Amino acid sequence: MKFELDKAQKDIQKAAKRFAKGEFDKELALELETTHTYPMDIWRKACEEGFIGLHFPDQYGGSDFGQLENVLVLEQFCQRDSGIGAAMLTAPFACEIILHHGTDEQKEKYLNQVTSGEAISAGAFTEPAHGSDITSMATTAVKDGDEWLINGVKTFITNAGICGFYVLLVQTDAEAGHKGQSMFIVDADAPGIDVASVGEKMGLKMIPTGEVSFKDVRVPASSLLGVENKGFYQVLQFFDESRLGVAAQALGTAQGAFDRAVEYVKGREQFGQKIGKFQALQHKIAEMATQLELARLITYKAAWLADNKKPDAKLSAMAKYYAGKIASEVASESMQLLGGYGYITEFEVERFYRDARITEIYEGTREIQKNIIAGHVLGRF
Amino acid sequence: MDIYVCIKRVADTSEVDIEIDRTGLALTEDDFSYDINEWDNFAVEAALQLKEEHGGKVTALTVGIEDDEEVLRRALAMGCDEALHLSDPCFEGSDAWGIAQILSAALKGKPLDLLLFGTVSADEGAGQTGGFVAGLLDLPMVSLATSLKVNGSIATVSHEVEGGLERVRELDLPAVVTVQTGINEPRYVSIRGIRKVSGIEIPVSGVGDLGLDPNQVGASGARVKLEELFLPPQGQSAQMLEGSDDEIIDKLLDLLQENGGL
Repeated sequence: MKFELDKAQKDIQKAAKRFAKGEFDKELALELETTHTYPMDIWRKACEEGFIGLHFPDQYGGSDFGQLENVLVLEQFCQRDSGIGAAMLTAPFACEIILHHGTDEQKEKYLNQVTSGEAISAGAFTEPAHGSDITSMATTAVKDGDEWLINGVKTFITNAGICGFYVLLVQTDAEAGHKGQSMFIVDADAPGIDVASVGEKMGLKMIPTGEVSFKDVRVPASSLLGVENKGFYQVLQFFDESRLGVAAQALGTAQGAFDRAVEYVKGREQFGQKIGKFQALQHKIAEMATQLELARLITYKAAWLADNKKPDAKLSAMAKYYAGKIASEVASESMQLLGGYGYITEFEVERFYRDARITEIYEGTREIQKNIIAGHVLGRF
Repeated sequence: MDIYVCIKRVADTSEVDIEIDRTGLALTEDDFSYDINEWDNFAVEAALQLKEEHGGKVTALTVGIEDDEEVLRRALAMGCDEALHLSDPCFEGSDAWGIAQILSAALKGKPLDLLLFGTVSADEGAGQTGGFVAGLLDLPMVSLATSLKVNGSIATVSHEVEGGLERVRELDLPAVVTVQTGINEPRYVSIRGIRKVSGIEIPVSGVGDLGLDPNQVGASGARVKLEELFLPPQGQSAQMLEGSDDEIIDKLLDLLQENGGL
């Protein structure tokens, strides 16, 4: 057993850290957050430098690296800035489904768009009545000659309104439940698509989250992604992979909040000494450092397994569950360590706290992750 | 143009507390991360820009242990064409003079037009190596370059001099230039660059390959010996102001006013 990143992985970690240090400006982040503006310029630069979709093949603008390298980049990005980091995570969202199930033409067209900085992607799975339970969809696609006619409403769609295309999960066989679901790639400017905001969010304020309605949206047969009526399974497979990204986001966000708290307790003086000298605070720091290390190990291992053709859905769920859980806890404790300053926007930790919370909710709530883990542990009995 | 750029891997002390180890002669480096010396990063960028303008080849060199190879891979990922790692157990403990001898032995006889250094290294801070190498290779040299242009066989260099002045000099090539930070905007190391160089084996030259006498270099050849390393005592006059930016500004203004500074 070797617990060490290889040379290229260490190089990637440093490259990501330096890029984030150079581009993720604190004042800019506050402005983007306040004005609810997506960090487009940073995203384009990240594409230029090859950070977006680095785990895609070279022919689609990637660098043939794996999920572990993607995790390393996202961790560094979120550690520097939880909001901009999350925007970089979600920029190529759902494209792994195209990578694994798309036709050569679909891969050529859409993957190159997201790696070159031409388009942001979005995955549209959740519906107003179907959140954690996606075993049946109200949104439908009906064959009409050489086309499909799509109708329905998707909600909580990350990147709604700014994306170039949606990767969409719909019902193609109304009678077959989850065995009657299919996926489509739908260009965002297709007639009949309408986007509305879901309202003000607690965190991730730079990234739009919207409700997307599809009214008689016509797409060609070539828009079908993967196998007809296998969409549900394609999405589940994708979640096993995408949870690694969220785990990395959670890990980086937690580490970023923690770093700021450590710096603060080493400088802040109360009752005649640095507050970091108080044992009660030292024990908090020790617990948080341990939590971070555990989350890192489990996330790296899950990503390593995925890259070594041994994807482990249980471990992926554990990584997402645990990293998300400790992200909320560590960010909250970090805020506490800063006292009143922790509550002030300029000190950043409150934003990390707000941004951390989503990692326990999206891409499957922590309860869903526990269901997956328990299902694997208990099996059928 | 054949450009050589000498770089160094240094500890990044910006994010950790500096502590002296038990020997009293070195830092406790457990928590350090390492990266290219910042000045050298500007030198690499200057070399790459000249190559892009005039064509040719850029070769990066470093002297150091196995782990120091990372800065060479970094330089290759940025766009350098070749790298040479000068590494040998007997190089350990070299002072700037020793390092300069190792570098000049490696460079002697090479088709060299321009040799670049960072002005100074963040760890030692002596700023001697570039000058020593220029002397050993008998090449003209300008230090603290803030701009660097090449036209034919002449380099035009602006560099900092005393009193905040800048001076412009022309140098016949081949020449040595040590580069100041801010001369350019170093590019990032791209992921594609890292991928490109991930399988490259960087050649290593040791004391025998360079034709050096082991006693010339390393601790035994060092003319400068480190006697003691210590953190400067904390001054009584320094006062750290805490609070938000606005609060700090208010406190600073009050202090300046109270003490006749305004």
